[in-house]
Amino acid sequence: MGKGKRVLTGTYFEMGNWACAEGAIAAGCEFVAGYPITPASEIINRLAQRLPLTGGTLLQTEDEISAICSAIGASWAGCKALTATSGPGISLMQENIGFAVATETPLVIVDVQRLGPSTGVPSVGLTADIVQVARGSHGDYQIIALCPESPQEMFDLTIRAFNLAERYRVPVFLMADGFIGHMREQIVIPDEDRIEIEHRTIPEPGIAPMERQDFLDVTVAPMPVFGRGLKAHVTSSCHDEHGMRNLSDPEIMHRYISAPIDKILIHRDDIIQIETDCEGVDVVMVSYGTVSRSARAAARLAQADGLKVGTFRMLTCWPFPDKEIRQMSECVDYMLVLENNKGQLYPYIKAEAAHACQVEFLGPQTLGQIHDPHYILSHIKEMIP
Amino acid sequence: MSVSAHPYRRYMREHVRGTTTCPGCGNGIITQAILRAIEELGQDMDDFVFVSGIGCASWIPSPLFAADTLHTTHGRPIAFATGLKLGLPGKNIMVISGDGDLAAIGGNHLIHAARRNIGLTVILVNNGIYGMTGGQTAPTTPRGVTTITSPYGSLEHPFDICAMVAAAGAPYVARWTTYHPRQMTRSITKALQKNGFALVEAISQCPVQFGRAAKLGKAIDMLKYYKSKSVNWKRARDLGEEELRGKIIVGEFVDMEKPELASQWTRLKEELMEG
Repeated sequence: MGKGKRVLTGTYFEMGNWACAEGAIAAGCEFVAGYPITPASEIINRLAQRLPLTGGTLLQTEDEISAICSAIGASWAGCKALTATSGPGISLMQENIGFAVATETPLVIVDVQRLGPSTGVPSVGLTADIVQVARGSHGDYQIIALCPESPQEMFDLTIRAFNLAERYRVPVFLMADGFIGHMREQIVIPDEDRIEIEHRTIPEPGIAPMERQDFLDVTVAPMPVFGRGLKAHVTSSCHDEHGMRNLSDPEIMHRYISAPIDKILIHRDDIIQIETDCEGVDVVMVSYGTVSRSARAAARLAQADGLKVGTFRMLTCWPFPDKEIRQMSECVDYMLVLENNKGQLYPYIKAEAAHACQVEFLGPQTLGQIHDPHYILSHIKEMIP
Repeated sequence: MSVSAHPYRRYMREHVRGTTTCPGCGNGIITQAILRAIEELGQDMDDFVFVSGIGCASWIPSPLFAADTLHTTHGRPIAFATGLKLGLPGKNIMVISGDGDLAAIGGNHLIHAARRNIGLTVILVNNGIYGMTGGQTAPTTPRGVTTITSPYGSLEHPFDICAMVAAAGAPYVARWTTYHPRQMTRSITKALQKNGFALVEAISQCPVQFGRAAKLGKAIDMLKYYKSKSVNWKRARDLGEEELRGKIIVGEFVDMEKPELASQWTRLKEELMEG
């Protein structure tokens, strides 16, 4: 069926990881590197079969360090690149995620999160890498991280991740978890012409690197990809706008750190997506990823009980939606933060909301299990007088 | 006053006026061997991407060479280069880095790249020590040599990098010292023409760190030492263990043909997309 087609338009009942693989191909992915790991393996398994049919290459690497490095290398070769792993793989990749940040390399990194720390439980989802992906590589930086809540969003947000990576020349995370990765649900793949695909801009040939701005442009510098005679110099060491290493000029050090951060923060309104259903409510549940499904169910139960309870879902966790949370906090009396962990984004949310409303955290009854909507509702009832 | 430029200045970025290497370093001899090989083959710098890691040898192409240059994290240049080669199968991807970078922290990538036969030209500069960080023991430091981290003499056995890479399956493996610039150039020329993973190990003097640690004297003394200790493997085959003690076995160890990864991918994709 549709052997070499890039977009398999149709309606399917498949896993989230399958949808992620199809989203990558639909987005124009040309290179994938990965190392087998539960619960992410189905992504590279699917891509190994499908990607070569569409002209792409899949490399199974010797470890996750090699996976991220070869994906970065392929991105500099001009390919749209992806790597998919789980928490232990992300831990191994962290140094070179910093390399991608510092060299402004477009790339999609899928983290199908599993229960940790350490080897933990491979097949159980726990969204506890959510701060690690924003703060795990050394040094100061910003990252883009998207949080799907369903197999359908594994498809949609994988495409969005590629588009944001290409638009802003940055690595972008797709923060799935073992639940959505392995969940089978309806997935609708639209017609090819209804899928919007973006591509990085590339400098015109004939201009020397010392006359070009290849890096540190908050409005996004064209990417001097290799193999076109552009003679680009790429280093993750402190560099100027031409990519030339400079370890002595404090102004350049300042720009080397600030420009990639500001590039993301200046465009935060374009990047951040929030889904709210909280018109005139007293209580709002803040969530991201899988837990959002329970939040919606709990809101329906609460509304049936005559309570004014709504939902606020972060499709983008990084850059952090500080402004949106602040505005939300000023419209409600209570904010309940739902996360399938011990409260990783809670301090960030509380910092934005506690001035205006009462903020509480609720993890699942048992870590690694999805919140029962009735359990959330009983907590809401305890929270409000 | 007329100013004459070095014939290889044309291969270098105009604005780069110097290098970071210490006086007496072998990097200059190796740089020249690389550029001479490129000149002899009549290749353009735009046909290349140079990839390096962290350590003294990584400064050979970066930022000096007027080509696409990627200066990566410690130990990972071969991993980056593997993605580059698969994305740009028509280009020469040359990795230039040291023994610490490629054989210690990056050893896993080295053997796997040789195993999968990805078409890279790897110039592994082996100075037997961590030079840039101040003279620590490397996995190539001979047993008994005192370094700053083995002040009582290294108790460990060094790698034979060429034997390791050959065992991993590389179709081209050679070793020369900086006393052998012509042979080294010839090997780099052959490595560049090899469709496959090609390794040239360049034993190189580091008078500042290794020379001092091993009490080998200045750069010129180290080159004389390489001259007196080097034995071509074809001659070494006939020598006993005692005669080979302390010798540097040089020469071309492997030169064969086997299917290269990026070319196989190109063919496979053509077949799949036609079919």
